[in-house]
Amino acid sequence: MTPELERILTKVQKPARYTGGEYNEIIKDKASVRLRFAFCFPDLYEIGMSNLGLRILYGVLNSDPEVWCERVFAPWGDMEDEMRRAGVPLYALESGDPVRDFDVIGFSLGYEMAFTGVLDMLDLAGLPVRSADRGDAFPLVVAGGTACVNAEPVADFIDLFILGEGEEVLPELLTLVKKAKSGGWSKPALLREAAKIGGIYVPSLYGVSYNADGTVAAITPRDGAPAVVTKRVVEDFEHAYFPTHTIVPSTEIVHDRVVLELFRGCIRGCRFCQAGFAYRPVRRRSPQTLQRLAKEALLDSGYEEMTLSSLSTSDYKGLGELCDGLLGWCEPREISLSLPSLRADNFSMGLMERIQRVRRSGLTFAPEAGSQRLRDVINKNVREEDVLRSCRVAFEGGWNALKLYFMLGLPTETDEDVLAIADMAFKVLAEWREHAKNKSRGVHITVSTSCFIPKPHTPFQWEPQVDAAEYERRVALLRSAMKVKSISYNWHAPDVSLVEAALARGDRRVGQAVENVWRAGGKLDSWSEYFSFARWEKAFSDCGLDMKWYACRRRETGETLPWDMISVGVDKEYLAAERENAYAGRVTPDCRAACMGCGASALLHGRRCDE
Amino acid sequence: MNRLRFAKEGRAKYISHLDLIRTMQRVFVRAGIELKHTEGFNPHAYMAFATPLSVGTESRCELMDFVLTGGAALAEVPERVTAAAPEGITALSAYIGERKLSDIAWIETEGFLCYDSVPAGEAAAALKELYGREKLVIGKKSKRGIIDFDVIPGIKSLELAPEGKRVRLRALLAAGDAPLSPAVLLDAARQAEPRWYPDFASFRRLELFDRDMTVFR
Repeated sequence: MTPELERILTKVQKPARYTGGEYNEIIKDKASVRLRFAFCFPDLYEIGMSNLGLRILYGVLNSDPEVWCERVFAPWGDMEDEMRRAGVPLYALESGDPVRDFDVIGFSLGYEMAFTGVLDMLDLAGLPVRSADRGDAFPLVVAGGTACVNAEPVADFIDLFILGEGEEVLPELLTLVKKAKSGGWSKPALLREAAKIGGIYVPSLYGVSYNADGTVAAITPRDGAPAVVTKRVVEDFEHAYFPTHTIVPSTEIVHDRVVLELFRGCIRGCRFCQAGFAYRPVRRRSPQTLQRLAKEALLDSGYEEMTLSSLSTSDYKGLGELCDGLLGWCEPREISLSLPSLRADNFSMGLMERIQRVRRSGLTFAPEAGSQRLRDVINKNVREEDVLRSCRVAFEGGWNALKLYFMLGLPTETDEDVLAIADMAFKVLAEWREHAKNKSRGVHITVSTSCFIPKPHTPFQWEPQVDAAEYERRVALLRSAMKVKSISYNWHAPDVSLVEAALARGDRRVGQAVENVWRAGGKLDSWSEYFSFARWEKAFSDCGLDMKWYACRRRETGETLPWDMISVGVDKEYLAAERENAYAGRVTPDCRAACMGCGASALLHGRRCDE
Repeated sequence: MNRLRFAKEGRAKYISHLDLIRTMQRVFVRAGIELKHTEGFNPHAYMAFATPLSVGTESRCELMDFVLTGGAALAEVPERVTAAAPEGITALSAYIGERKLSDIAWIETEGFLCYDSVPAGEAAAALKELYGREKLVIGKKSKRGIIDFDVIPGIKSLELAPEGKRVRLRALLAAGDAPLSPAVLLDAARQAEPRWYPDFASFRRLELFDRDMTVFR
């Protein structure tokens, strides 16, 4: 650690975020590695270290003795100010070396509000933010993560994108970079070769032209780049790498426990859910493998808590067997288990009772929409009676706090649908009155709404977002219908949702707006301390763009979309058909009940989904 | 009572007291050393730490009490703990603690005060005069707000010697009911003679003593 850094660290909050040195951190001999990779997470240490993808890729990349992968996180404002004042450039935690001296810089882009953070980190590293301004002398800048399924708003800043799961494609890319290094290739030559690797999207090899109305006219690949880049997945998930030997932070992080990944993908097909489509197809690990991995991870880390993670954990085939096995091992060791993302429909109280013996303060259900009609539209196949039955069992079991999550502004939503949310909340309250074990403690029902954000690669990718005024009108309507003491109502501000919606479906021109925001001081936009709606509005209008045009415009199914060069494996025709099913209120069965032929199974090359 | 003496140095000096407790819980699990757990809704290994260490200060003399319940022998605890601990935390010895942690009265500390723009020699002389006064009352943050606090009774001995652009400090400062941390010691300079407040300072605890100046174990 340099004396400058030591001085800075006495002046900032939570210095342990910035030091590294944790248990299981990987230190290599600089002289003996051929390639140095800076894994950059455009958010705080506590957030980034809670990201399972980072842990997986850190383990996978470092398993190559020729590669040293190190971690870099965004500093909070106090630290960034001190770094800039003292001239300390962005550095990697393991070695303390400046990020600009690495061979490859890789950003994890989980969602759109991280975009400005990427620019800020590049600048803090002393690098030009635009790819075009970084010549051969600069590191290769790559990015991956869910937000990259529409990479266009950051296409001008990132040399290449890695689509889908990175475990296999990233090592393939690094092998190529090693070859390029020893062969003395130019960066354009490297990029042309990289574009031949499946799952790698090199934006500079695609020209985009626009119609007079602002829509995309054509996307033109050149230099042999494929017309469509399809995301990569790990086909054999049962044997895929899982980080049982992973860094244990010395300071508290958001998910400070073992995160056991049961399966990838989701069988449900909720039409609003980007993860539900982008992470297809469903692939699972067997209960036997998971028990082995869980024990290894718990013993290696010393954690006394573990969460069973996936998009919809209660859909894991063999959950009962898995939990029985894990509990038998964990209970005598005082290790607690938690189950996130439970669905209200197959909510198994017996399981919950057994698992969460200790903390029974809060339970959360996400019906997403208030009326059955609208739940059919979005294909959230949960029925009111399922929700109420789950609540009843919860109240009988002694729970006295319940959260219900909904979205406002879903396609076809009417005032009746909005008021149905209040209706459901009252029915839940009635369940409590009838079935609560101990009424003296009272009950606390929290209803939360957020503004629906249409996302690329979902059946709603063509749909308009309601504007802020309309969202607020619906909030007011719902609020006026739910004024009782035991029900509290929280709603997310619509301005962040509007920005997120504009970025999610933005085209390449939006990159200028992202840069404008960053130049005006924007960063860490997922934090209310830093987010400024006025700054985003000005940034868009300064480059002649309108956020509402991106967020609130209805697209025809035939329109060329800015992300049409990217495929997540689900056919566009399938999404369009699902859009029609939504309008007709027709539900689509889950993948386990019937395969609807979305196209994602082709990613498995002969293996079957969900086996 | 089983007692562990350990060092907390290098990057580990930035681990806060609360985080250190969490970290040590996990270290013992990783080391496979079973400890007596507390009762209640959220059972965790029983651990008691002597005199919390400020973030950024190193130490060669931290003490932690615990109770072995499994088969682990006390003698093998240091090696196993060090192997399971993050960089910078080193177990020095483990033994049966005969005395109460509250008997700790003085902490020997060394440190460096760095000056960018004033001569270290003058700073050393000025600070010697300052801390040699009979009374040095400053405002100190407490749970009840800012209170008057005399730092002098908290100083048993203090050596200050210029060394290039730094002043080397070696002191015996109070622990216990009215502790005097190096940070508060320096804050007295900031409040009384701001000119001699260093641009940067670092400290390291060396040894613990009881009221009779016997080394505390």
